Amino acid sequence: MSLFEGLSGKLQETINKFKGKGRVTEKDVKDMMREIKLALLEADVNFKVVKDFINKVSERAVGQDVLESLTPGQQVIKIVNDELIELMGRVQSKVTFSSKPPTVFMMVGLQGSGKTTTSGKLASLLRKQGKSPLLVACDIYRPAAIKQLQVVGSQLNVPVFSIGDKINPVDIAKAAVEHAKLQQHDLVIIDTAGRLHINEELMDELENIKKAVNPHEILLVVDSMTGQDAVNVAESFNNKLGVDGIVLTKLDGDTRGGAALSVKAVTGKPIKFAGMGEKLSDIEPFFPDRMASRILGMGDVLSLIEKAQEAFDEKKALELEKKMRTQQFTLEDFLEQMQQVKKMGPLQQVLSMLPGMNSKALENVDIDEKKMLHVEAIIKSMTRQERNDPSVINGSRRKRIAAGSGTTIQEVNKLLKDFEEMKKMFKAMSDMGKHNKKGMGKFRLPF
Amino acid sequence: MGFFDRLKEGLQKTRKGITEKIDQVLVSFGKIDEELFEELEEILITSDVGIETTSKIIEDLKKKVKEKKVIDPKMVKELLKEELVSIMQDEDTDLNLNTSPSVIIVIGVNGVGKTTSIGKIANLYKQRGKRVILAAGDTFRAAAIDQLEIWANRVGVDLIKQSEGSDPAAVVYDAVQSAKARKADILICDTAGRLHTKKNLMDELNKVSRVLDRELPNSSRETLLVLDATTGQNAISQAKTFSECANITGIVLTKLDGTAKGGIVIAIKNELNIPVKLIGVGEKIDDLQRFSSQEFVEALFE
Ligand SMILES: Nc1nc2c(ncn2[C@@H]2O[C@H](COP(=O)(O)OP(=O)(O)OP(=O)(O)O)[C@@H](O)[C@H]2O)c(=O)[nH]1
Ligand SMILES: [Mg+2]
Repeated sequence: MSLFEGLSGKLQETINKFKGKGRVTEKDVKDMMREIKLALLEADVNFKVVKDFINKVSERAVGQDVLESLTPGQQVIKIVNDELIELMGRVQSKVTFSSKPPTVFMMVGLQGSGKTTTSGKLASLLRKQGKSPLLVACDIYRPAAIKQLQVVGSQLNVPVFSIGDKINPVDIAKAAVEHAKLQQHDLVIIDTAGRLHINEELMDELENIKKAVNPHEILLVVDSMTGQDAVNVAESFNNKLGVDGIVLTKLDGDTRGGAALSVKAVTGKPIKFAGMGEKLSDIEPFFPDRMASRILGMGDVLSLIEKAQEAFDEKKALELEKKMRTQQFTLEDFLEQMQQVKKMGPLQQVLSMLPGMNSKALENVDIDEKKMLHVEAIIKSMTRQERNDPSVINGSRRKRIAAGSGTTIQEVNKLLKDFEEMKKMFKAMSDMGKHNKKGMGKFRLPF
Repeated sequence: MGFFDRLKEGLQKTRKGITEKIDQVLVSFGKIDEELFEELEEILITSDVGIETTSKIIEDLKKKVKEKKVIDPKMVKELLKEELVSIMQDEDTDLNLNTSPSVIIVIGVNGVGKTTSIGKIANLYKQRGKRVILAAGDTFRAAAIDQLEIWANRVGVDLIKQSEGSDPAAVVYDAVQSAKARKADILICDTAGRLHTKKNLMDELNKVSRVLDRELPNSSRETLLVLDATTGQNAISQAKTFSECANITGIVLTKLDGTAKGGIVIAIKNELNIPVKLIGVGEKIDDLQRFSSQEFVEALFE
């Protein structure tokens, strides 16, 4: 983790280096790409996949126009993120069902990847969607694997088909499908034994099960903590069986989950579900965009970029505008705005997005970041009541607030006065904004 | 088959992957230049060694190459080997089980091979004439107790268990009492797989440790963290977090019979100084081998 923080910090530096340029240059991209490459490798994305990805993104990024509100560094990150999402699969992929029931799902993967638990989770999830599932115990090798599936089945109250561990898994699968037809199950989920992708005998067994029951979906279950080897595993299973989708497990941990990208890249097959815990309800559809941001490990940067683009989300902006207009804008709101502003970087830029603000007018605005800290400290030393209704702040309260924030009574007084002025100004501004957008004189903020 | 041969057999896949590639690199480069180091770096990274440790190793290698005025690219490989050995070196890879009873507690994330490894370890010591008792400390996962019971029967050792859902600390307490009463030499405790990020489950592990502290204060204890060789950089996080709640004495690196290289243990040894003590090379009862850094690296670069 500490290592990653280091990387991310470096990346931040690189991102911030080129503020205020109009176009992404080759050098910008090169500088950024080294850091991106390290970030992806550190997230366990396969080396070769990283290389291909970097080449592709570099090509796209050079010469791109930089959005007005972004730095070239941020612009590159945005492109990287967009491409990652593209690679992960832009849309959410769902499992499909056969037009001739029963639909057969076959779960395959390495030992310990989470097939049995996932089989149970899928049965439970799809039953909620109206299916009548049958779980099938085809792991005749691992001690108590059949028992495990039976326990899972009984916890869910989903029937489990088992004829012991002395029968060939191919025959078990065949018998299970017959059984499902008789018992009116429209969904059969086959839990197979974990195996190494290089174990020919066991890989042949899977192929034979496939031939025997013609599964509608073969789902490869992959542990999200897998490292560089994920590509070998996914490629082998896919070449042998032609998998239809991937289930990523154990995502409730702190892995960056780069294997997701590797597996998608080498098989081209969509990730359909994410396992998020040990409980049988802990399964979710897979969201490519969330995964991209997790792998990149720059959620903060990404959300900053998003924010910079959208300024404030629609609802907040409307709320704020209304508050300003009706003079209900409180110190509480003010504090919240300031904290948002702090997260967002260049103040001028952010202020220019405040509804009713005229960016031309802001050129005259003079912002002292240190004063801003004082203002914040003062507001934080107020009670909720005081923030919402500054008129209650009498002399002794002022004293207390000054002491609590490590400032002076004069500073507290000034803030209260400036705030009242600002409120009036806001009102004037928004009234003006409605009629014409230009023509504001020098405008002073309380910091 | 001698120990060394079996180690080599187990590591064949790993070795083949790495050394073939290294040889390719060395053949295709007549001289030592930046590109050679980059290719070596790539090999380490694709073995899951991780960026930080790889960078350190390559930096040290460059220094050595300069100091020793090496001009033959093949020698670079020898130096890299030396470097890896020096990182992986550890005085004793033997399990420290000097008292009767001694305790082995086996921990790790879900599905890495804890229960299977316990079966194998129990067998190893049974073969050496030790009286072994197993404690079914995974009371959470479906049929985990049955799984360990099958292993206990296979090996022919006693199992102490309670019902699914009971308190693991209580199971371990019971097992300690039985171990004392039956004059067992080694008590091996299974635990439920848990992601290291789950605070409550890590606390539960702590509770089990405390029972052992209290009931067997003077006994030798091995706390073995099981890592799956297929795991990437997250293994570092696992090792770090498990270290915080248990005094890990060694790693069991499993599934080395696949194509994964398990290079992450190099990073872990380098960063956290936790030695690998045993390796798993299959699902059968004797697919367990002692780890020797010298031979591990030797086998990688043969
Ligand atoms: N190929 C191979 N498979 C292994 C090895 N060690 C364990 N396995 C397999 O990995 C799977 C999981 O092993 P378990 O021993 O159940 O793992 P665990 O850590 O006890 O799992 P939980 O208790 O569920 O967390 C089983 O199918 C084992 O047979 C190994 O060295 N090589
Ligand atoms: Mg277990």
